[in-house]
Amino acid sequence: MSLGQTILPYIISGISVGGQYSLIAIGYTMVYGILRLINFAHGDVFMVAGLMMVYLAAALPLYIAIPLVILFTVLLGFTIERVAYKPLRTAPRMSVMISAIGVSYLLQNLALYITGGLNKNYPAIPWISDSVSIFGMQTTRVTIITPFLTVFLSAVLVWLITHTKLGMAMRAVSKDFETSQLMGIRINNVISATFIIGTFLASVGSMLFFTNYPGVVPTSGGMPGLKAFVAAVFGGIGSIPGAVIGAFIIGICESLIKGLDTILLTRGVIADQVGFATFSDAFTFVLLIIILVFKPTGLFGEKSTDKV
Amino acid sequence: MKVRKLMALGLSLVMAASLAACSGSSSGGSSSGGSSGGSSGGSASGSKVVKIGVFEPQSGDNGAGGKQEILGMQYANQEQPTVEIGGETYEVQLEYADNASSNDKAPTAAQTLISNGVSVVLGSYGSGVSIAAGDTFLNAKMPAIGVTCTNPQVTAGCDVYFRICFLDPFQGTVLANYAKKDLGATKAYCLAKQGDDYSGGLCNYFIEAFGKDNCIYEQFPEGTSDYSTYVTNAQNQGCDVFFSPVSTEAAAQIIAKASAQNIGMPILAGDTWDSNVILDAAKGTDVEICVTTFYQEGANANFDEGIKKWINGDSTAKANNGGNDELAAVTAMGYDAYYVALEALKAAGSTEPTKVLEVLPSLKYTGVTGDISFNEVGDANRDSAVVKKCNTETGKWDFVTVAKAE
Repeated sequence: MSLGQTILPYIISGISVGGQYSLIAIGYTMVYGILRLINFAHGDVFMVAGLMMVYLAAALPLYIAIPLVILFTVLLGFTIERVAYKPLRTAPRMSVMISAIGVSYLLQNLALYITGGLNKNYPAIPWISDSVSIFGMQTTRVTIITPFLTVFLSAVLVWLITHTKLGMAMRAVSKDFETSQLMGIRINNVISATFIIGTFLASVGSMLFFTNYPGVVPTSGGMPGLKAFVAAVFGGIGSIPGAVIGAFIIGICESLIKGLDTILLTRGVIADQVGFATFSDAFTFVLLIIILVFKPTGLFGEKSTDKV
Repeated sequence: MKVRKLMALGLSLVMAASLAACSGSSSGGSSSGGSSGGSSGGSASGSKVVKIGVFEPQSGDNGAGGKQEILGMQYANQEQPTVEIGGETYEVQLEYADNASSNDKAPTAAQTLISNGVSVVLGSYGSGVSIAAGDTFLNAKMPAIGVTCTNPQVTAGCDVYFRICFLDPFQGTVLANYAKKDLGATKAYCLAKQGDDYSGGLCNYFIEAFGKDNCIYEQFPEGTSDYSTYVTNAQNQGCDVFFSPVSTEAAAQIIAKASAQNIGMPILAGDTWDSNVILDAAKGTDVEICVTTFYQEGANANFDEGIKKWINGDSTAKANNGGNDELAAVTAMGYDAYYVALEALKAAGSTEPTKVLEVLPSLKYTGVTGDISFNEVGDANRDSAVVKKCNTETGKWDFVTVAKAE
């Protein structure tokens, strides 16, 4: 087997999982850019979207269930913002972050109570969960669709930010909160729009993620949420292209590390297993530490200039 | 401002009241209800009550297995709700404590049961939590009967822990022999969960019996959803069998990926995979799955019929069993464990945990899963395991053989 053929399955699954992380990472990065808030509950909203799909698809046909899931998830994100974050807008930054952690635990425990702690099987969405063969390896169609869909949605979002009035308002608010209000921008609308867009992307991300990995438990949102957050910081928090690229890098690296033992063994580089797969998660977080030490604003972050 | 202060005061009063109310009722899983043994204090008729602790996971990775094990105990409790101790009839009440499949929460759950005054503890499903709670039980001299925790360390360092199932060294050897002789495998890929005593231990014994040089051993971290790389690893290394004795939650994901990527080799697992969760995940696919377990449906027709009738008649029980009436071996073991506990109470002639502890070593009982007696360490004298294969068309288990260790 040539090097390409050996590495290809890992790259493909890495790109797929990276795409799913990036959809969640965009939500983190947008909210941080505007509100300077790390929305810890975002990963759990992603999990709730998955659960909603499980329950709705059992009662309704899929073509009604999918738009409903998106709608309800967006409503959930909007409600969380209004109930848990808006009243704390004038409070110190810590209070809002603690509120976000509280919402995260609330969602997890609600899910635990409703599902009884058992694994729920995600329904298979017909066309995208079909098995296809690409470059000689078997995988599901969703693995191929994910990166393209992700890039497309991010491009639409970047266009929204740079070419519409709402986007201009978002950029203004992220530059200076108080002055934008003075300039007549309706802050509440802008913030709500941010959460709605972020949650919409998370719900699409959950459909792609759970189609690939069909088990939903209350803690399903924990790890992906955390990794997406790392991706957002890695790419430059506040920057959308950064979040997407950071997520892809993290997805691919994670996948390669898990397969590193096998790759090296089959290439004859090492004679015995080293056990690299154990460190796949550790690697992601070490990457976070490295980027914070050497380039705290992330790969694509902007250096804020202090004006006198 | 005044309204705000009143609201704050009101909210804190509500919180304090809910804490007080919570401490009144017994601790237990959120959806553990079902049988006649409710969660309130004594029974209405005023008769004597003996409490049996149910130390099982009802959430987390092993929640599904724990709930199925509890089903066996609940059915047995409903079948035999009283016991004669020292000439008086006692009503048997099951006290639940959820260890959430987590080694951190296990000691707390164990302590709750001890504080609630149980006479003997049944459980757990999952060796990690049993090992973690061992010290707590030892300090309180509370006898514990492990149901399906197969890791030797559960009883090795703990005089109060007994178990009615076989051990991992035995199970690992049986599986390795089956892989080598019946499946003709020369190279094996072993997958365990990081930090999990059960899967790590069982993989260890399997590798010892199979031959260290012919095994690839990898571990996946907590919270993994993506198993595609591990399947790819096994394929790329030219392995003939995929051994992954992990929890049912991970199992469902592994089966999905094995099917999607056309794994091309049979999957072997231990007793955790004997569950309808696996049957549901594998139905309609062409993956080959073999497991070693404690019980085969059909071994005791009376028991099978009775418990299926009960499961179908009780909606909570059916939901806890995964939505159908396919029997998991752990349910049969839970059933036997309950009766062993009753035998121990009868023999002890008292509800004192220390008295029960005295009689356990010499106890003998024949249950639906076979003869049960304990050796000096507290392990059951079991010498055979049932090997089952998953029929992906019918979605049921096919009996293969009863294997003995050589």
